[in-house]
Amino acid sequence: MTMNREFLINTILAFALVAVPLIALGMDEPFIITLATKVAIFAMAGVGLNLVLGYGGLVSFGHAAFFGIGGYAAGILASHALNYEPIMESPFLIEGTTQMIVIWIVALIASALIALVIGAITLRTSGVYFIMITLAFAQMIYYFAISWPAYGGEDGLSIYVRNGFPGINTLDPISFFALCAVMLAITMVFSAVLIRSRFGLALQGARQNPQRMTAVGIAPFRIRLVAFVISAMITALAGALYADLNRFVSPTMLSWHMSGEIMVFVILGGVGRLFGPLAGAALYIILEHLLGGVWEFWQLPLGVLLLLVVLFARGGLVGVLAGERKHV
Amino acid sequence: MFSLFLEQLLNGLQSGVMLFLMASGLTLVFGVMGLINLAHGSLYMVGAFACAAVAAWTGSFWLGLVASLMAAAIAGALVEMLIIRRLYNRDHLDQVLATFALILIFSEGTRWIFGSFPLFLSVPDFLTGTVILPGGSQYPIFRLAIIVAGLLVAAGLFLLIGKTRLGIRIRAGEADRGMIAALGVDIDRLYTIVFALGAALAGLAGAFVGTTQSVQVGMGEPVLILAFVVIVIGGIGSIKGALVGSLLVGFTDTMGRFLLPHAFATFLDPSSATAIGSALASMLIYIVMALVLFLRPSGLFGATS
Repeated sequence: MTMNREFLINTILAFALVAVPLIALGMDEPFIITLATKVAIFAMAGVGLNLVLGYGGLVSFGHAAFFGIGGYAAGILASHALNYEPIMESPFLIEGTTQMIVIWIVALIASALIALVIGAITLRTSGVYFIMITLAFAQMIYYFAISWPAYGGEDGLSIYVRNGFPGINTLDPISFFALCAVMLAITMVFSAVLIRSRFGLALQGARQNPQRMTAVGIAPFRIRLVAFVISAMITALAGALYADLNRFVSPTMLSWHMSGEIMVFVILGGVGRLFGPLAGAALYIILEHLLGGVWEFWQLPLGVLLLLVVLFARGGLVGVLAGERKHV
Repeated sequence: MFSLFLEQLLNGLQSGVMLFLMASGLTLVFGVMGLINLAHGSLYMVGAFACAAVAAWTGSFWLGLVASLMAAAIAGALVEMLIIRRLYNRDHLDQVLATFALILIFSEGTRWIFGSFPLFLSVPDFLTGTVILPGGSQYPIFRLAIIVAGLLVAAGLFLLIGKTRLGIRIRAGEADRGMIAALGVDIDRLYTIVFALGAALAGLAGAFVGTTQSVQVGMGEPVLILAFVVIVIGGIGSIKGALVGSLLVGFTDTMGRFLLPHAFATFLDPSSATAIGSALASMLIYIVMALVLFLRPSGLFGATS
């Protein structure tokens, strides 16, 4: 029964994400299309985090690191391409690019490697140590980005022309939205398949009872590390799109506020729910837009609301609307 | 060069002592109540703003200092009774999120009341001069006074925890909350006191640091994260660990920023030495933390799980 209700809510959410920008297009409101694009991108970052946070039970407070790495992949490659400066000339030539597909591949590889290192260290710990250490590693990358002058340091890096995708005019808001929405859909389908796979069951098993997992011959550490890396890659992909949306990347994308916000998307929507991040990101952007339009200090009521959700509405938006999460 | 080195050592000590005031509260709250409190940096900010506002209003830095202690302790006690209390039995995720929400409320509320422009605190007259360090460079007396004051507060805290009845209860609370509640200690009140105590220490640190830097919204966040690094290195829940960790982080950070660019300059050209040196220096404490955790996953003085 609740499963059906959740399915209904998910359908409405997916429908709204597509319908709202199309209506905005008809009414000639490009700003709303941009807001919807932002929702899709933030939701995707949340889908990445949800994998470790919701299904793996690992509270990573450092996912801004991966979001920012994706963003910087886009910014750095594009700036080299637009300035006609190769990234390196010896021993072999590597040039910048304005092709999103190449940027995404670089973002995926870079985030995977860094997540592998961070994960290998942080996953040795658990509980509150894990929270603080993921936070600390993200801060390390944040301060590195601030003090490294080559790519703008504290001021960030502009992407003068949005990067390209074959067959699509990415400068057209609705086309870029469509691209982001399709990417979101792909990551969500991937995430859903992964969770139902043998690997996904092992990940959830490791959350619920690590001892029993070990006893049946599955090492929680390795499962968690793989999940951490995949999760980082999804969030990095979202980061690359976010940099292209704003045509700008700065250390703000790496800051711990960003980590907190990605976490808020997941929690506000519903932890461990497939559509939770989408619901949360949509609610967050709508609130930001509505409250921000009324009052300069909109984060104050947002904080109060968030506090109320944590204290009284456990399970987030999808949880409140669809009831208890069904047990896998 | 020698006097510059000495000056940096003193700066490292000052930053370590101030970090201890932050980290001790954080680690006490975690040790006794099992709570991870991101809003600890907000209490630091509350202390700094209270000090700046009262000092500007009355013209007395000392009244400002008293105000910083009072305001942070009262804010801490209120927050504990209204919100934090509901979080003790929740998982860490809920605690992180609720205290993240508190940061938004505190920061935005402060911005609403005081505006976005930084405030400045002036130092009392008799502490304004400088002293000559061995080697000839000048060092502000006020910074020395902060170091001494910080060390005195740290000593007082160790006495409080080690020698008084309240300290015994706090340590007992860390060991077994159920048992001391059964022995008739009012556990709710104890928790409020511990939280307010940690808040007051954070507020005091905010007031001290506010005199050497500007007082502005968001000032607590970098310090909060450093304090996290400190208690992770020292072992969560351990006051002794917080002291060792604070000094380690304070010295590593200050000396790294000072020495690394010089070290790289011996084999690189000056501009890239400064760039690489300062970039590496900004990451140094996190590298130290990773090393400590690699060798001892629960910190230097943490209980081995």
